[in-house]
Amino acid sequence: MSAVLADMQGVVAPATTKAIAPSRGERPWTFYVLAGLFALYVLALYGPMICIYILSFQDIRGGLVFPMKGHSMHWFVDLFTQVRTGDVKGSFDRSIKLAVIVTIITVVISFLAGLGFRRRFAGDAVVFYMMIGSLVAPGLVLGLGTGLLFQALGLNASWYTSALGAQLSWTLPFGVLVMFAVMSRYNRAWDEAAYDLGASRWQTIWLVIVPVLAPGIVAVALFGFTLSYDEFARSLQTAGSLNTLPLEIWSMTLNVTSPSLYALGTVTTIISFIVIGASLGTIVLIQKKRGRGAKG
Amino acid sequence: MQSSQPPSRANLAGWLYVSPLVLVLVPFFVAPILVVLAASFFATDGFGGLTPGFTLSNYIEVLHSALTLKLYLATIKFTVLTWIFTLIIGFFVAYFLVFHVRNQLLAIGLFLLCTVPFWTSNIIRMISWIPLLGKEGLINQALLATGAIHQPLEVLLFSDLAVVIAYVHQLTIFMIVPIFNAMARIDKKLVEAAIDAGASRFDIMRLIVVPMSKSGIALGTIFVVSIVMGDFFVVKVMSGGGSASVVSAFYEDVGVLQYPTAAASAVLLTLVLVAIVSLILRTVDIRQEITR
Repeated sequence: MSAVLADMQGVVAPATTKAIAPSRGERPWTFYVLAGLFALYVLALYGPMICIYILSFQDIRGGLVFPMKGHSMHWFVDLFTQVRTGDVKGSFDRSIKLAVIVTIITVVISFLAGLGFRRRFAGDAVVFYMMIGSLVAPGLVLGLGTGLLFQALGLNASWYTSALGAQLSWTLPFGVLVMFAVMSRYNRAWDEAAYDLGASRWQTIWLVIVPVLAPGIVAVALFGFTLSYDEFARSLQTAGSLNTLPLEIWSMTLNVTSPSLYALGTVTTIISFIVIGASLGTIVLIQKKRGRGAKG
Repeated sequence: MQSSQPPSRANLAGWLYVSPLVLVLVPFFVAPILVVLAASFFATDGFGGLTPGFTLSNYIEVLHSALTLKLYLATIKFTVLTWIFTLIIGFFVAYFLVFHVRNQLLAIGLFLLCTVPFWTSNIIRMISWIPLLGKEGLINQALLATGAIHQPLEVLLFSDLAVVIAYVHQLTIFMIVPIFNAMARIDKKLVEAAIDAGASRFDIMRLIVVPMSKSGIALGTIFVVSIVMGDFFVVKVMSGGGSASVVSAFYEDVGVLQYPTAAASAVLLTLVLVAIVSLILRTVDIRQEITR
């Protein structure tokens, strides 16, 4: 998503500055129809989620549906203290750690693969289709295969080995595809200019390519983090005895029928917003720094 | 291509760059798929133990079962319905943002607005329909209050309808993003030229916008189809256990340790998916479209 955001300065700017006829002067009737559709879509997108955020602040008498019964932080306390809701805190810790590891690996490998795919090389199609295959393979099937493989090799499945690998088989194709889109905006002439000025291959990468692509790289990182933090099917057979957060949520949906479930939704949303905020902040900071550098 | 290096050196450099990717995909994609393939030919003692060997009985069992056809029909029904709705909504939302919103900053803001819920847990987004669709949910309450119905509608939750609603809610974003990306690259001068040449709005849509968004539509279709066909928990939770899909049946098989038949059905499903995706890839060269 945010890859598009990162590119948008490059793509949308020249395109929309020149108004096209259907959007010049009087709005055509299609504008109102489509605006209505868009509004309905956004309403359907947010409505249900806002409902559960509100319902998570009920007091102890609260249930799963409206009307709301009182308000308190009861279900949040319940979430982190009750044994019957499971090990929310532990699984939460593991998920965050796992997501950070997945993010770092995804960024590095996607970036390198993106560089590699800029040129054709013998056998590149094999790697490309392997990646597409990894993207479309049913997560549960891959998870089972990984689980069986570990069993056959006599290895213990755990969140930081088998689950890590299973998640990478899903975040890497996404990361590389985003990297493709980001790198297609990169002008190869900049490489040539760097070489002409006497830069080595590594200097070119570190001093030219990485800074230019920085917003796109942050986008890949965001992708890696959220895909991992939310990954369920591929972790199911591979996480071993200790749950990650989505697995915990899954078991809660089967066992817990209290607003604790909604409180968990509210908490995870807040975490997501902190992560997005920090990432967008990083992009803005990079852009600002670059703007100053250009002026000075 | 404009490389001055000899081809063998360029090949070596290319492989060096992608080697970390290959080193992850081989053990965690290729090997697990091969394990599942191998397991599909094994025999079992019925308690989770696998006996290495070669038997086609698992495939015969899966192919002969009347249930298999039912599961595939159900999965295809969910996939096609979800695909149609996400495509229509995704296409017009992207079209609205690219061609109708004049203020660029507003367009970016509205686009971000669509992507924000993506950052919340899928499972949480799915269960967030319960307060709305449930028997005592908001929709039923509203309909009862207006007198449109006299008994709460039970078809809203724990039904095929709820399954499709949850899929569309989760997956439309996978259509919007690639289609938006493809549409944003359409040169507006082309549209102006078409208008000057007397094209109607429908002509522009048919002859310019749709063909030039093809790569986005193809990519979005691949995402949506592979996710719906590979999913089980939306079907399980939103249908209340009333419906099943190929993967949810697979999940049940795994639960009772019927690995070989589960593996055989997984191999079949993977083949079906590969066929669909390669059909899509034949119409559009995605790699070329993205890197262009």
